[in-house]
Amino acid sequence: MIKQKILNFKIVILSLILIGCSSNSNNTNNSSALSGDIKIDGSSTVYPVTEAVAEEFRVVAPNVRVTVGVSGTGGGFQKFSRGETNISNASRPIKDKEAKVCDENNISYLELSVAYDGLAVIINPENDWVDYLTVDELSKIWHPDAQNNIKYWSQIREGWPNEEIHLFGPGTASGTYDYFAEVICGKKVGTRGDYTASEDDHVLVQGVATDKYGLGFFGLAYYEENKEKLKLVGVDNGSGSVLPSMQTVSSRTYAPLSRPIFIYANNSAKEREEVKEFISFYLKNAKNLVADVGYIPLTDEEYGFEIEKFNEFIK
Amino acid sequence: MTNGEKNRLKDSIFKYIGVFACSIGLILLAIFIGNIIYDGFNRIDWSFLTSLPSRKAEKAGILTAWSGSLWIVIFTFIIAVPIGISAGVYLEEYNRKNKLTRLLEINISNLAGVPSIIYGLLGLEIFVRLSNLGSSVLAGSFTLALLILPIIIVATREALKAVPSSIRAASFGLGATKWQTTWYQVLPAASGGILTGVILAISRAVGETAPLIVVGALAYVPFTPKGPMDEFTVLPIQIFNWVSRPQHEFAINAAAAIIILLAITFTMNGIAVYFRNKWQKKINW
Repeated sequence: MIKQKILNFKIVILSLILIGCSSNSNNTNNSSALSGDIKIDGSSTVYPVTEAVAEEFRVVAPNVRVTVGVSGTGGGFQKFSRGETNISNASRPIKDKEAKVCDENNISYLELSVAYDGLAVIINPENDWVDYLTVDELSKIWHPDAQNNIKYWSQIREGWPNEEIHLFGPGTASGTYDYFAEVICGKKVGTRGDYTASEDDHVLVQGVATDKYGLGFFGLAYYEENKEKLKLVGVDNGSGSVLPSMQTVSSRTYAPLSRPIFIYANNSAKEREEVKEFISFYLKNAKNLVADVGYIPLTDEEYGFEIEKFNEFIK
Repeated sequence: MTNGEKNRLKDSIFKYIGVFACSIGLILLAIFIGNIIYDGFNRIDWSFLTSLPSRKAEKAGILTAWSGSLWIVIFTFIIAVPIGISAGVYLEEYNRKNKLTRLLEINISNLAGVPSIIYGLLGLEIFVRLSNLGSSVLAGSFTLALLILPIIIVATREALKAVPSSIRAASFGLGATKWQTTWYQVLPAASGGILTGVILAISRAVGETAPLIVVGALAYVPFTPKGPMDEFTVLPIQIFNWVSRPQHEFAINAAAAIIILLAITFTMNGIAVYFRNKWQKKINW
């Protein structure tokens, strides 16, 4: 009787130990055991992608507290280079100045592309004369020299109406503006100043949608949401006119008006399991999540390449 | 037309100009609020108030945003109101007029006009970095407290000025000290005006975005603050974030969040107005 009881007791203990072991071994493979804080800050352009990833990461690793700020690419790098954040969202590559501060503070980092952002050139649906624009024509319209000189559609291509052209674009503080100015007008040239500028892209949408002689540029996602009010213009960089779309942006045939957007990881990715896990999760799941929030994913090979680059970094 | 008729005509024209000037503000506000309520009212439900932010507009909620705003407002109130009122009392009751105090007064008036982002930069350097508070609720509250201090000080001084000096003279005459006079006579009499200033100041603090972004308030926070040292986000940041999204559904979310922000502001103002009326009834000289 007593022996029986002892045996029972032993079995119970043994099974308890086994359960303990098995749950332990499960945990090491499972992100749900991870905990800690991951601090992310930077570009508001990249924010929706990172927010989506953080939201999904919370499902697999509920104890990791991921927070995302929107200080802008420059503000984000400032914190990143002081070691205040683990990951920085960026809509442009890091500048030499910023990289230098990182070096001074012994912060090594890795740039990872996570998506493409296409810039759309937009006209009013009633505009029936523009079929496409070449990069040279865009440059002619937007170059600083065009101010007070290029005022009419007829000056851009022969046969276009002798009507005033009304330009709409993001303000000079935005990364979208910087990118457009650089690839269309050249480095450190800027654009003309006499256009309707707004930091709020909805205002630009409204402007072009209500002006037959309007022309504007902004993020492709804003066109996608307002298709019925706007008309997309193809851009010809010398090898034929291309309309921006999922395929043409991701294959980079829609050039030069598509750009990659980035996250920057610092050395905490090597030392801390949860940061490493988060970035791997980011790169593995970016494809679907990027499309969800209106950006254009990289190709599978490109994501594969970024994952390799990251694995190399954390070795 | 006689001179008298002319003057009466001018008088009535001026009246209509006044009515017109008043109504512009009110009509614009009514259109704005009507528009927001039309867009956002149906979006508000329990899950909108209790959900975390999400990339899917219909699943997204404002739990962390409104709780962050509440924490910030409470701490800002605790920090700014005692300091502001004390400073106002000093300047109005104790202060002797000399060059130093004139300098103080000019500075305080100027501070009220400094753009809020400057306070953000100041807060980032002093509270976040030097005082090592990090991007916490406390750092944000200190920054906003600085921002609204001049408003509270100026309002306190105006309210104290409006208390007739005969009250002070009578109190002194009965042998009360300066402190007793201020505490038992002058401050209660001025409480209505002071509270109005506090209401205006706190309402401004609730709506601030720029300084908090600089201090490091976040956009995506999947947890509510548990203490003053936690990171946070606030409603205006959430609203700004949603407004700048291309998808129309986020604009509806933003409208709904604006209604909640207005509701919070109105409720706080309501509470303050209630106390003002209650206290003012007690004063009968």
